[in-house]
Amino acid sequence: MTDLLLRNGRIIDPANGLDGPGDILVRNGRIEAVGHGIPAPDACLLLDVTGKWVTPGLVDLHVHLREPGEEYKETIESGTRAAVAGGFTAVAAMPNTLPPNDSAAVTRFILERARDAGNARVHPVAAITRGRAGKELTEFDDLLRAGAVAFSDDGSPVQDAGLMRIALEYAQGLDALIISHAEEPALSEGGCVNEGRISTLLGLKGIPWAAEDIAVFRDVALAELTGARLHIAHVSTRGAVEIIRRAKGRGVRVSAETAPHYFSLTEEAVLDFDTRAKMNPPLRTEEDRQAIIEGLADGTLDVIATDHAPHSSLEKDVEFPLAASGIIGLETAFPLSLALVRAGRLDPAHIIRLLSTTPAQILRIPGGTLSPGDRADIAVFDPERSFEVTPENLCSKSHNTPFLGTTLTGRAVLTLVGGRIVHNLLGVGG
Amino acid sequence: MNRLSSRHVLGIEHMTVRDVELVLDTADALKDILDRPIKKVPPLRGRSVVHLFFEPSTRTRLSFELAAKRLSADTISVSAASSSVVKGESLLDTALNIEAMRPDIIVLRHPLSRAPHFLARHVDTPVINAGDGTNEHPSQALLDLFTVRERFGRIAGLRIAIIGDIAHSRVAHSDIRAFSKMGAEVTVCGPGTMMPPYVEALGARSARCVEEALDGADVVMALRIQKERERRALVPSIREYAQLYGITRERLRLASPDVVLMHPGPVNQGVEIAPDVFEDPRSVILDQVTNGVAVRMALLSLLIISDTNREGGGT
Repeated sequence: MTDLLLRNGRIIDPANGLDGPGDILVRNGRIEAVGHGIPAPDACLLLDVTGKWVTPGLVDLHVHLREPGEEYKETIESGTRAAVAGGFTAVAAMPNTLPPNDSAAVTRFILERARDAGNARVHPVAAITRGRAGKELTEFDDLLRAGAVAFSDDGSPVQDAGLMRIALEYAQGLDALIISHAEEPALSEGGCVNEGRISTLLGLKGIPWAAEDIAVFRDVALAELTGARLHIAHVSTRGAVEIIRRAKGRGVRVSAETAPHYFSLTEEAVLDFDTRAKMNPPLRTEEDRQAIIEGLADGTLDVIATDHAPHSSLEKDVEFPLAASGIIGLETAFPLSLALVRAGRLDPAHIIRLLSTTPAQILRIPGGTLSPGDRADIAVFDPERSFEVTPENLCSKSHNTPFLGTTLTGRAVLTLVGGRIVHNLLGVGG
Repeated sequence: MNRLSSRHVLGIEHMTVRDVELVLDTADALKDILDRPIKKVPPLRGRSVVHLFFEPSTRTRLSFELAAKRLSADTISVSAASSSVVKGESLLDTALNIEAMRPDIIVLRHPLSRAPHFLARHVDTPVINAGDGTNEHPSQALLDLFTVRERFGRIAGLRIAIIGDIAHSRVAHSDIRAFSKMGAEVTVCGPGTMMPPYVEALGARSARCVEEALDGADVVMALRIQKERERRALVPSIREYAQLYGITRERLRLASPDVVLMHPGPVNQGVEIAPDVFEDPRSVILDQVTNGVAVRMALLSLLIISDTNREGGGT
């Protein structure tokens, strides 16, 4: 493994309170030193990264890698390649695979495939219930020992409040994290866009904000009741932000994420992009979008996660109500988040905290910092570099994104995982 | 220029005022064919129209097929039950295969909203939406406009009341758009469970009670309860619905003296319309059905003309 000196980048490391110019020396896969004017050791690759952001590798708390079972959409290899292309060095993989990740055997399989791929690190999220069927708990302890970092029935909310309580109580005993896909199916059933002006104009059944707010309220209340650690996935409504804000004020152990599409787009996007803008929860209103940004700004929302959800044309090139929900996001998350910096809503360190430091802390995994001695999981971004989102430019196997065909600004130009160069647009080294 | 601005008829949403006028004028010219002893003219000779009906339909399907035959087109009908849909073939695949056989027009009825729009994006053949889920039913709205214009000689300035399941009725969605586009004032009313959010975005005002909606109305349109669209019952009972929203002789007295009563069919007599009202001379429900054939003849011939002109370089 080559040693590396990243010279004169803008080092942004919220965990250590750093945001300024400096060098980082990487030796034997670890960060050896962070500082100014670090001398280059012999046989060390010297990279001038002036004008670029040097950050801890991004950590995506919410991705779907589709393997095992739907390898035609994405594989662990292609998904983690998309991750490193987007500056992510670690991703948490949701359990809605085929078979679902509800056993240590599947968890180990995912970890083994990820090791073989050698791109980003993969941290499996195991199912809360067997078969994600909402009936009986999976073996939490066994799954944790196999390498699972959290539990979620993502995509299929645990409908039975009593069972959710049991899951939280049991998780609390193990100090494990439960991730809630907060949706009340009795209200969302059959819906495919936000309920409101656009659902009426399109003649499509809507999903009301209340379907999310009610479920968030339920799970927050259960977290308060049980004292368990709860993380709310993909927050999309103004009401959910407010419920979480109040719960945090009371000291409830709840964290929450939103996805870049919820602060970049509104329900109007469905008019232009059709099924490419279909997701669950759906894109909401401008009022919701502003509340999401406000929630990110004031710390109510802790994390930006992509909910990277690859689908092929088989699932997307169909009648709107039949189309699968979800968009890919690993390769667009950084530029979309950077747009919040450009708009003056968040500062760069805050963006990195949301995309790296905090998700690593919530998952209790290494990474998210640039401390000497840490594994060298590092991303280098060129905030001025533009790229067109085209199938050719994407590493993901799927291209289901409303941003297809658009030009985004801000791109990962170098990604290191354990000191290894796994993504490199600098045209040197490798 | 006697052609439509679009090569598909997907919804009133996409039609211009000029498009609508062109359809109505063309239907006017074609309607007398229906009263001739030999009801067939040659404009679509050698053309083929495929009717893809993925949802049960009696009157719309018959009306489209008759319209095509009156214009001398060859017609083929495919229904969901007899097609490969039951084998799990996708709409896209079905459509691409049909298109490969070079039809001239595809008429699609589909249980899912926006299916015709999806189809139109993937085929070159002009597509007519014959009703898609809870979204639109443009040919129905056009025949409603035609019927009203025939009665009143105009549409602009009229007061239209639409009563019933506004949220789940594609006819309501198309009618609200159509009448408001042509300058009429549309008021809707129904149980809270049957009102869409932001109905004003479609071009209608919502009334608090049926009496308010009917007040001074020139046209009263009653709608059928769309039992098939929702899993849960949206009203406690048909009886209570009829009591609150049924068009009775007494309620009709609130409307203009020249009011006409319309219904897109099929009518549940005694529910949305009292039986004696159905037989009232003010009811134009069967005229709507007759006019439907003329309007659909107009749509078919206009799409063929537009498409031929386009092929010929757009003269």
